[in-house]
Amino acid sequence: MNLLEIKHLNKSFDNKTILDDINLKISKGKIIGLLGKNGAGKSTLIKIINDLLTIDSGEVLFKGKKIGVYSKENIAFLPERTYLDKSMKVEAVINFFSDFYKDFNKEKAYELLEKLDLDKKQRITKMSKGMQEKLQLILVMSREADLYILDEPLSGVDPATRDYILDTILSNFKEGASIIISTHLISDIERILDEVIFIDKGKIVLQSEADALRNKEKSSIDEIFRRMFKC
Amino acid sequence: MEFTFDNNIPIYIQLLEYMKIYLISGTFKCGDKLPSVRDFASTFKVNPNTMQKALSELESMNLIYTERTNGKYVTKDQKLIDKLKDEYAMTLAKSYMQGMKRIGLGKADSIKYLERIDD
Repeated sequence: MNLLEIKHLNKSFDNKTILDDINLKISKGKIIGLLGKNGAGKSTLIKIINDLLTIDSGEVLFKGKKIGVYSKENIAFLPERTYLDKSMKVEAVINFFSDFYKDFNKEKAYELLEKLDLDKKQRITKMSKGMQEKLQLILVMSREADLYILDEPLSGVDPATRDYILDTILSNFKEGASIIISTHLISDIERILDEVIFIDKGKIVLQSEADALRNKEKSSIDEIFRRMFKC
Repeated sequence: MEFTFDNNIPIYIQLLEYMKIYLISGTFKCGDKLPSVRDFASTFKVNPNTMQKALSELESMNLIYTERTNGKYVTKDQKLIDKLKDEYAMTLAKSYMQGMKRIGLGKADSIKYLERIDD
């Protein structure tokens, strides 16, 4: 069975079509890049998979079941913008997550925080932007979820932080789980992808295995993307 | 060691090259037990699935083998490793000669240049 299946999904805002007849299958144990330009529909699609937006028509199934409470229990989501209460201390956020999610591994979260030398008594407001991004990622990757969805995890961070983020993703996802990473910074991330999905103007234009695509086109995913979506 | 990857070439092929060098140089010797797929993946900072693909490829070349439940081992056949080394060295030599030919130098001159290099 597919981990995630989307059938004939349509979504529009004020008569403007945002997602146009999306059909998609995601299987277990894959790292998938959801790649598209700004405004292509990536974030809308991700919000729908996380049951944060209603749809006009179609179906979104997680392990064969309609998305809802069950899927939220098993999907770990890193949104583009933080939703944390910044006046909270790190320790309080960890407890909050631990109360909220059954699959949250507190020991792992503390272990990862320790490696960063992050004081658990510190308030989020006092942390640098990069540190806040890292904390957010640690919270998400400390869940033992079946699917991790990361919306633009690399935008706005320096190259060293980028390496840290990629490492943390690779070494902490539960075995057999899948990861969907949306990004427009393809060259930084393509090395870790099993599969790529190109989305443009609300439509899925390509879904392929990453190495097979490189082999066929004799170039990088970044290059193929640029050629396909030249402005 | 930092591992770099060229995004224009399938990643598993580049992993395969790194692995071959490990075997040729004796980082892993005949009969040695290999680290797990996940350990390798984290050393190279790649996706475990891609690492698995590279290891499967090595296995189909008989350079490594899987012992059920125990993990993966380097072949016990030293001849296979020697052959791999010979082929690899030949490829490097050919690529050197190609470069020399491009600037108009023949074999004899090429050898002279090699001799001038300090080890």
